[in-house]
Amino acid sequence: MLSKKFLSLITLILINILNINISYSIEPDIFVQSTVNRASTVLSSDSTKQEKIDKLKKIATETVDINGIGLYTLGSYRKNISEDEKKEYTLLFRNYFLKSFASRLAEYSNPEIEVKSKKKLNENYTMVSSVLISTEQRPEVKIDWRIYTKNKENPLIRDLIIEGLSLARTQKEEFSSIIQNNDGDIRALFSSLEDFAK
Amino acid sequence: MKKILIISLLSLMLATNANADTDGENSLSKKPEDVKDCFEKINRATFKFNMALDDVIFEPVSKAYRTLPSPIRMGTSNVLDNISNLVTIPNNILQGQFKKAGENTARLVVNSTIGLLGLFDVAEHMGLTEYEKEDYGQSLGAIGIAEGCYLVIPVLGPSTARDTIGSFANMLGGDPWYNITAKKDTHHFSEVDYWGSRGFQGVNFRAKNIDSLENLEKNSMDFYASIRSLYLQDRQRKISNSNKTTETQNDSDWEEVETQ
Repeated sequence: MLSKKFLSLITLILINILNINISYSIEPDIFVQSTVNRASTVLSSDSTKQEKIDKLKKIATETVDINGIGLYTLGSYRKNISEDEKKEYTLLFRNYFLKSFASRLAEYSNPEIEVKSKKKLNENYTMVSSVLISTEQRPEVKIDWRIYTKNKENPLIRDLIIEGLSLARTQKEEFSSIIQNNDGDIRALFSSLEDFAK
Repeated sequence: MKKILIISLLSLMLATNANADTDGENSLSKKPEDVKDCFEKINRATFKFNMALDDVIFEPVSKAYRTLPSPIRMGTSNVLDNISNLVTIPNNILQGQFKKAGENTARLVVNSTIGLLGLFDVAEHMGLTEYEKEDYGQSLGAIGIAEGCYLVIPVLGPSTARDTIGSFANMLGGDPWYNITAKKDTHHFSEVDYWGSRGFQGVNFRAKNIDSLENLEKNSMDFYASIRSLYLQDRQRKISNSNKTTETQNDSDWEEVETQ
């Protein structure tokens, strides 16, 4: 009798542990769909443009790995800058990214995105495939999301690949061009980022 | 003579960057090399010129074109796709895509006849796979010829040495539409038809991308570099003939970035 009770208790504890794990681990495709739904609710609301931008910035802060994208877009230059410069850059990039991201998205009135499938690349990355449903003005657009899954409880967006074109890579090549055209001076990129975010 | 001189010059530019695969590894799976913008100053000046031209001609025309009813735009787009299929089919064959060549030939026949010279994409309703354009630049890329220097062509826009050579193949007999219009002025078509269709292709592309280009320009600190990056990525994707993002995106650089 006692052993039966003990067994039941162990089972209950195990179930609880499993439940806790399930409730904290977020599947990348569900994460993308819920992020899209959050953004869509903001964009289709009656809020003013500035209110929408503020809400979108909040969503981006919670769901995008802004620091990771910032380091990626620095390319090989990230290896040659000091810790102080890295800190300065991280802050500048954050402001730049949020302004650019929100103003890009705010143009859309009610984008309808449907998540189709996911493919685990390795422990750190899963690619989630989705489509932006067509409208009168534009055809259907294929959007893939590179999700950073190192922390399973807190997946983050690292890249958007629209019709095969990576936004992060485009950004990286743009930054590289700015630095190269200023004789390799990373400060030129810093001041461009500063000007943009003003 | 002038054409031969230009082709020789382009071949030289390409030869300096030629990098045919010998190790059996798909070049697209390797780490992306730095952009070879050998003539950046000239390219930037041409880009500026093209942008001014776009402001005055292409953008307003494209905006006006976009106000036309959707069926008219769809029909125009279908006709242009049907014409471009004349170049796609030989390139399917050159790339060993015989099944696709067959499908595209069937598409051309069906759409040119039942589809009223391509106005209606009847083939799609008959269940043929989605149409994907191919060109001689893509065929050169598929056999391992490197893209060479990035170029901005006046009026036409972004290209590479390889793609420019590919475009010349159209005028050297590789494009049946060019052959029956511009090259041999038949009773049915003239040079105006060829250049008119090219102009429409430009306007059609511009109209489809008005919002995204406007958005990109507004949010770019170096618009020239952004367009260059997008063009080169697009060409790489098309040459790989893969719609699977996992096969066209390089992961090595991402792996170095740790934030969690």
